[in-house]
Amino acid sequence: MSTDLSKIRNFSIVAHIDHGKSTLADRLIQETGTVQDRDMKEQLLDSMDIERERGITIKANTVRIDYKADDGETYVLNLIDTPGHVDFAYEVSRSMRAVEGSLLVVDSSQGVEAQTLANVYHAMEADHEIVPVLNKIDLPASDCDRVAEQIEDVIGIEATGAIQVSAKTGQGIHETLESIVKDLPAPTGTLDAPLKAMLVDSWYDAYLGVIVLVRIMDGTLKKGQRVKFMSNDTLHSVDRVGVFRPEMEMVDSLGPGEIGFLTASIKQVRDTRVGDTITNDRNGTEVALDGFKPAQPVVFCGLFPVDSAEFEDLRDAIDKLALNDASFSFEMETSAALGFGFRCGFLGLLHLEVIRDRIEREYNIELITTAPSVIYHVYMKGKDNTVGEMIELHNPADMPDMSKVDHLQEPRIKATILVPDDYLGDVLKLCQDRRGIQLDLTYAGSRAMAVYDLPLNEVVFDFYDRLKSVTKGYASFDYQMEGYREDNLVKMSVLVNDEPVDALSMMVHRDRAEQRGRAMCEKLKTLIPRHMFKIPIQAAIGGKVIARETLSALRKDVTAKCYGGDASRKRKLLDKQKAGKKKMRQFGRVDIPQEAFISALKMDD
Amino acid sequence: MAEDWQNGGFGLYIHWPFCQAKCPYCDFNSHVSREIDQFRWLRAYLSELDRVAAETSGRVLNTVFFGGGTPSLMDPDVVAAILERVRRLWPTSNDMEITLEANPGSVEAGRFAAYRDGGVNRISMGIQALNDRDLQRLGRIHSVSEAKQAFEIARKTFSRVSFDLIYARQEQSLDDWQSELKEALSMAIDHLSLYQLTVEQGTAFGDRYNRGKLRGLPEDDLAADMYEVTQAICADAGMLPYEVSNYAAIGSESRHNQIYWRYGDYAGIGPGAHARLTFEGKRHAIENWRNPTKWLETAEDGNGENLREAVSPEGQATELLLMGLRLSEGIDLARYQTLAGKPLAGTRVETLIDIGMIEVENSCLRVLPQGRMVLNSVLSELLVD
Ligand SMILES: Nc1nc2c(ncn2[C@@H]2O[C@H](COP(=O)(O)OP(=O)(O)OP(=O)(O)O)[C@@H](O)[C@H]2O)c(=O)[nH]1
Ligand SMILES: C[S@@+](CC[C@H](N)C(=O)[O-])C[C@H]1O[C@@H](n2cnc3c(N)ncnc32)[C@H](O)[C@@H]1O
Ligand code: SF4
Ligand SMILES: [Mg+2]
Repeated sequence: MSTDLSKIRNFSIVAHIDHGKSTLADRLIQETGTVQDRDMKEQLLDSMDIERERGITIKANTVRIDYKADDGETYVLNLIDTPGHVDFAYEVSRSMRAVEGSLLVVDSSQGVEAQTLANVYHAMEADHEIVPVLNKIDLPASDCDRVAEQIEDVIGIEATGAIQVSAKTGQGIHETLESIVKDLPAPTGTLDAPLKAMLVDSWYDAYLGVIVLVRIMDGTLKKGQRVKFMSNDTLHSVDRVGVFRPEMEMVDSLGPGEIGFLTASIKQVRDTRVGDTITNDRNGTEVALDGFKPAQPVVFCGLFPVDSAEFEDLRDAIDKLALNDASFSFEMETSAALGFGFRCGFLGLLHLEVIRDRIEREYNIELITTAPSVIYHVYMKGKDNTVGEMIELHNPADMPDMSKVDHLQEPRIKATILVPDDYLGDVLKLCQDRRGIQLDLTYAGSRAMAVYDLPLNEVVFDFYDRLKSVTKGYASFDYQMEGYREDNLVKMSVLVNDEPVDALSMMVHRDRAEQRGRAMCEKLKTLIPRHMFKIPIQAAIGGKVIARETLSALRKDVTAKCYGGDASRKRKLLDKQKAGKKKMRQFGRVDIPQEAFISALKMDD
Repeated sequence: MAEDWQNGGFGLYIHWPFCQAKCPYCDFNSHVSREIDQFRWLRAYLSELDRVAAETSGRVLNTVFFGGGTPSLMDPDVVAAILERVRRLWPTSNDMEITLEANPGSVEAGRFAAYRDGGVNRISMGIQALNDRDLQRLGRIHSVSEAKQAFEIARKTFSRVSFDLIYARQEQSLDDWQSELKEALSMAIDHLSLYQLTVEQGTAFGDRYNRGKLRGLPEDDLAADMYEVTQAICADAGMLPYEVSNYAAIGSESRHNQIYWRYGDYAGIGPGAHARLTFEGKRHAIENWRNPTKWLETAEDGNGENLREAVSPEGQATELLLMGLRLSEGIDLARYQTLAGKPLAGTRVETLIDIGMIEVENSCLRVLPQGRMVLNSVLSELLVD
């Protein structure tokens, strides 16, 4: 089944987080009758538990819908709903490579935000036709004129006549569908050519094995065909071809311009590479597609089982999750304090949280998460004052002795922040405090756009939380990696009751060390329960203490009364205390609650 | 071979669940009831005594304790009839201690002689405070002068009289308490129970506390200071802190309570009464129905218990520690080891010794005064797996 190219429209739906992409997708699916009303539910495409629970999209999703347009013709529309959160920006950019146009959804009660911009840039890079859609016009705060003007000012695309939509009430959906047909280009491609298909995504399905999402550029993909994955020259026999509606529906073949999936008894997601080119096993295409840059984890942290007996279960869980998530990396780690665990790499903090939640919930393993860190480049001293080898440092605990180190480099990012004027001062101060260098500051109406060069390590942990709190949620934030730069970085260790706790050590800028050290000690003082003895809490660089707090001794903890011979009551109390102890880790003589490892790092600036 | 309980002795607890008014801080099994058919209750107590005695016949009974509630609201004839039955059912030691908890009202004071004639030889009186403002705050229905009169009558009637005070009250300063304690010591004969006010969930104080309406309670540091001075002042006066909240001249300790703390065997009769009894070498935890009517009816039907289960040897070892370490004399580690099947040891024990919370001497483990103030923490360290 090949569809006439002129009757195909492929597009992604992109927007800032929560501007209503998934809800708009719902309406498009519903209006075209792709899903029966009774099977409809909100954000239908957000099918993972964690997506439904958090109300966000994590994985891009593709749906094929048939639309009978006002011109009497029936069109095939392939839409890809994308995630809005910056951690999953990679999903957006690769989805865009599979389609020709983008619906740029903007919440008309909010306006242009950081991810709106970021997505526009991605769309332009992919040579997309962009159709702006003003959403949430049912809200009293909706102001389409203002937002249209903003789109023109900030982004520079025509928006005066932009479609006004309420994905909630369904208003404007018909216009949106018409605009998709009229304003977005049809794909191009040659039917009588060797197969050339783009491997857009792949994931594991317990029944079907690996499912490969493909976009056909040229030729046809048929059931039973032998195909070659060009990146590694592997051959596969296609056993199923289909499309998503959004349920899987088998078809005999897919032609140029179409999007669908194949299965070929592939066991592991690792055996497929997103961005790869798929062609015929013989007489295939010569020229492969450009391919995608793989997503690189940028945030690292240790995951340890609370109950050390669960290490093997954790290994199992991590193996399984990694199967479906190429952007998540892991290696075994041992910590003097926490025992055996894994050092894991993530795309960002939300990604980290999502994986951690899934391990805790789906695999029922309680975890201790250590301080997130980035990858530092440690340049060792070479012979005769030369610079020696470079070591990638994923874990501050592995920091080599400073006397052997020539210098350190840290990853930097380019951050774009959009914020209403009123809060600009707070945002600039926050960026300044985090060692940011201003690159640009422009205004559009009453909103400012600040562009900063920031060290990633100042951002990974709680920058986003802080930004939200100083701007009461009115700022939006997006970033991209910008490479490495040298700076005066040191390892700060933390000593609790004179014992170093490796899981709390961190890399900091020398100038910020005292402040971080003090904040860390103060925080730990509130997180560690009082013990029967007083506990010094210190931060140190090398052997030098830079901050110190003392947790005073617990003085009273005794049951005064005697309830006759009710020994059972006392045992219950003791059991409660014991359960509390289980949630802690012992360091020397001190029990530290597991949440302390993360909470200690949250700075209240 | 001697059974473990014999290290502690054998006593009998009898619970009387009624009071004239419910105090707002109290979470004991105590209730206010208008109509109480005391002779119906007596029949129930007697029948329960017969039942328990059949299981423990031949044992020498060391103590009897009437607790509450307010046992001084019991008709003296009821008390006398119970004691008469007790003597018939068990051989008793020559100097058997028979304590009755009394509230310091005038009604009660009028009955003291009758209790003595029935066999009671020790009174434990709930005076609670020595100033009227605090008695009112504690919701007590007697005044200081009434309490003192009652106490005078009691000490003329009995050779052994102890009284209870609650301290660390709202708005009480360290000085306030010190002078009140000195006054108490000038009244005391040879035994005192001094409890720090505990706010219990499910009481009127608990509700008030949850709503933020129970103000002026001492912070932990002040409470700890109060506890320290209490131990020091009492010791100076010759009243040694032999248990967390109990002070006595040497030889005048409450022998009944010592049976609990030394983890002996004790029978318990009446609503909510707890017991530990060894049958054929197996120690059992026993509980009676807590609701007074429910207990009365089930006792009349032949058995007021609602729970009876064997305590494993390790469970007993834990209980030995929980109870025994309340006493300054401590516990015998050999006895612990026999029950637990393994010695009490490990780095956590060593740390506790190191930081001066406990000491071990000639196979005896004692919690030092420092540690007694944080006994719950000490215990959870000792017992953590
Ligand atoms: N009032 C109103 N609410 C809407 C409209 N469209 C979406 N919403 C609500 O906005 C919230 C976010 O909608 P989603 O569709 O999940 O947004 P999203 O852009 O897919 O979000 P991410 O995938 O997390 O980036 C939900 O609570 C929707 O119910 C609309 O037109 N009007
Ligand atoms: C079983 S009570 C009853 C004694 C008697 N009914 C009376 O109130 O005088 C024994 C003692 O426990 C103490 N007590 C009761 N509730 C308390 C609490 N919440 N905090 C501290 N001590 C308490 C009182 O000193 C009381 O005298
Ligand atoms: S403190 Fe005594 S009198 Fe008050 S309610 Fe409790 S048992 Fe009854
Ligand atoms: Mg979404």
